[in-house]
Amino acid sequence: MRRARWIPLATLLLALLAHGTEAGRLDVFEITLDNGLKVLLLEEHKAPVVTFHIWYRVGSRNEQIGRTGLAHLVEHMMFKGTEKVGGQEFSRRVRRNGGRDNAFTSQDYTGYFVTIAADRIQLPLELEPDRMVNLLLDPAEVKRERSVVMEERRLRTEDDPSSALWEEVNAAAFKAYPYGHPVIGWMEDLRQLSRTDVQNFYKTYYVPNNAVVVVVGDFDRAQLLPRIQEAFDSISQAPEPPPVRSDEPPQKGERRVMLRRPDARLPSLVAGYHAPNMKDPDSYALDMLEVILAGGKSARLYRHLVYEKQLALGAGAYYARVSAAPDLFTLYATPLPGKSVEELEQALFDEIERIKTELVSARELQKAKNQIEASFIFGQDSIFSLARQLASYEIVAGWRYWEAYLPGIRAVTREDVQRVAQKYLTREKRTVGVLIPGDQESTESSQQSAVSSH
Amino acid sequence: MKRHLVITGLVILVLGLVKLADAAPLGRRAEMQNGLTLLVAERPMLPMVTVEVLIKAGSLRESKEKAGLANLTAELLPLGTASRTAPEISETIEFVGGGLSASASRDLASVSLTVLKRDLDLGLKLLADVLLRPAFRQEEIARKVQELQGSIQRKQEDPGTVVREAFASTLFGERPYGRPVEGTEESLPGITREDLVEFHQRYYVPNNSILAAAGDVTLEEMQRALEKHLQGWSRKDIPSLEVSAVSPPTSLQVVKIDREVTQANIVWGHLGIERKNPDYYTLSVMNLILGGGGLTSRLMRSIREERGWAYDVHSFFSARRLPGAFQVSLQTKNETAGSAIEEVLRQVRDIRENGVTTKELEEAKGFMTGSFPLRFETNRQVVSFLAGVEFYGLGMDYPERYPEIIRAVTREDVLRVARRYLHPDRGILVVVADPAEAKIPF
Repeated sequence: MRRARWIPLATLLLALLAHGTEAGRLDVFEITLDNGLKVLLLEEHKAPVVTFHIWYRVGSRNEQIGRTGLAHLVEHMMFKGTEKVGGQEFSRRVRRNGGRDNAFTSQDYTGYFVTIAADRIQLPLELEPDRMVNLLLDPAEVKRERSVVMEERRLRTEDDPSSALWEEVNAAAFKAYPYGHPVIGWMEDLRQLSRTDVQNFYKTYYVPNNAVVVVVGDFDRAQLLPRIQEAFDSISQAPEPPPVRSDEPPQKGERRVMLRRPDARLPSLVAGYHAPNMKDPDSYALDMLEVILAGGKSARLYRHLVYEKQLALGAGAYYARVSAAPDLFTLYATPLPGKSVEELEQALFDEIERIKTELVSARELQKAKNQIEASFIFGQDSIFSLARQLASYEIVAGWRYWEAYLPGIRAVTREDVQRVAQKYLTREKRTVGVLIPGDQESTESSQQSAVSSH
Repeated sequence: MKRHLVITGLVILVLGLVKLADAAPLGRRAEMQNGLTLLVAERPMLPMVTVEVLIKAGSLRESKEKAGLANLTAELLPLGTASRTAPEISETIEFVGGGLSASASRDLASVSLTVLKRDLDLGLKLLADVLLRPAFRQEEIARKVQELQGSIQRKQEDPGTVVREAFASTLFGERPYGRPVEGTEESLPGITREDLVEFHQRYYVPNNSILAAAGDVTLEEMQRALEKHLQGWSRKDIPSLEVSAVSPPTSLQVVKIDREVTQANIVWGHLGIERKNPDYYTLSVMNLILGGGGLTSRLMRSIREERGWAYDVHSFFSARRLPGAFQVSLQTKNETAGSAIEEVLRQVRDIRENGVTTKELEEAKGFMTGSFPLRFETNRQVVSFLAGVEFYGLGMDYPERYPEIIRAVTREDVLRVARRYLHPDRGILVVVADPAEAKIPF
């Protein structure tokens, strides 16, 4: 998930373009029920479909040392049945009614969704309150699901050298804050997760006052709201789950990780810099910086490293803005066969230095703004991504940050871009990871071996 | 180009289990005089337009000596035209926040455009330029080949890709479906500029293409714009397609690839069907129950839910222009690889011998008909859907007919197609695994 760039959306610009006024306010209806459950409703009538989301304010950052992977395992267990709705029955009922359901876990949240024909909205309203409180958590099922998650880890990380490198860089970048461990958990921890761990985690975090319901699609708010209230009413408010207490101490020097993997064919490079999240006003300029560096083939990294210098097979940037705690601004690149990772690293950091010493051009700034604004519009084409944006914003900072986003972007100046690059993309704030194909003695000989294979 | 003559006004009604009497028509179709088929879904809710041009110029149309030609042709389109360089094209489209890209698959090449409504004319002008007048500059060819060769090396890191490619080449041999679309490290340097120019001239012609658009635009607007931008693009005869038939193995054929992996990557399967096969729908129902249906399919239930052996296991028929593969894929730790394969084959035999239950059938039909509207919610989905309907010749009444076709499927039909199209004793098994750990009793 960490490489996905989520481009936020809003109806703000739409209102601007369609009606020529800047009276942009999202038509989101917000209410907190008596038991603390937050509800956000957004009507969108272009297709007779609704997407019903319930997200819990819990993710891998809430896990303790030795119990990594627990939030994600609980997500899996949410599909294993309650007394009323047996294992598999949840998904069967959704599918029988032509719906799709799934879930995902991140560092900050665990989200569940059902997308279904508008006239079947009652189905998630029956199923979700039930599994918020009544999970069976059969010990044999926990054990089996733990095996499934271990297979998932083998698939996603153990046998994938690139994602293993990202994992290493995160682990080195965060020594205190729990963003340092992977969402899926360390294999050694997974082996030991117990039914009691799952039970305690579930009881602590799966409570109405720790959840957000987001519905986007073809419904009438006045009719839907009472049905949501009725569905969740019987669940009482629980004690507030404990907050994450840790803060990452400032990084005082560059950290480097070398990962040697026999299954890697090409070296690659990841450099993560500590950066603030969306609650900080600097986040707008950092977002612009990401687009200026990596927003397409005319952006700097592709244009210079891939196209002109022909050093890289690919190069990009990812700024983790939508995160509950400060995370990383990450650059990544893979050398073309025959080019050394050292040469590429130097060229990549030269690009960053140039941003710090020369103002970006007025046209580059305008292009990045245009790209972000257009992406806003494009993103609204899917009710699923609308719901996902609303829910993630709500959990990490409050959904109203969504409304502030485009005005924030529009206000960014060339000087701002330079200033945030100078402030955050510094050598002492970065962690560099290098993937080395394992059959090679060093990256020098990696170069030779690649050349000789032609 | 003269004004188009034929406008088949048509109304695609989206029918499902869901009542959608008030749903707007999904798309309208017109044929331009040069033979280009135009499909437009008018969706004015957002000020954006998505366009996709499908050209029947996939790797099906290349020789094995020139493997990768179709893909290279497509990928080079936005990398320079008679009047614009590659950086000029990307700068122009990205400055307005739009996107223009091209790619190829086995059956088709495709050029995609997404722009804000206000930039539609600019977008179509660029799209037409890359489609009609690609320059295929030597420098860009060399750069692209170098990049593709790097990607080919890189993808060998992924055991999933290794197992899929080995399966395809074992099943289809040197036929187009057996080769990677992007070609090989050996074949790419043999492709010349002349090959590219000739391939483009021969296949990138209007009567071999479909243009679908969705968004804040009307059919009439698109016609006017295309008449302007596609001027000079004229009809040509297309050579007939000749690909030899696949002769299936008579017994189980096993390919083992040794790799130091923690998880065995397994593909088992055999030849499937072409999209036009009338049994396609019944087979889709059967496959949904066997291994196509998320967490609830038989394969998921027995291998993941009951045994915890895999995160994902699924089966699918890749129904293309020509018969594609039927395959089951899964990944499991080396130690359970052998048992998992046996379980897959047991499930295939079981559905073939005993068919499916009424409950399973009703659930599958409910999902297929009920989820139908979910398949074209976004402009991107609508465009692919419309273009696919046209490419496979399904007829513009397809969305109306689809639920009826699915509802008519009986248990007997499912049993019949399972017996006819599943061959548990003469498939191809490919396993990428650690030989020291994996026990493969085949």
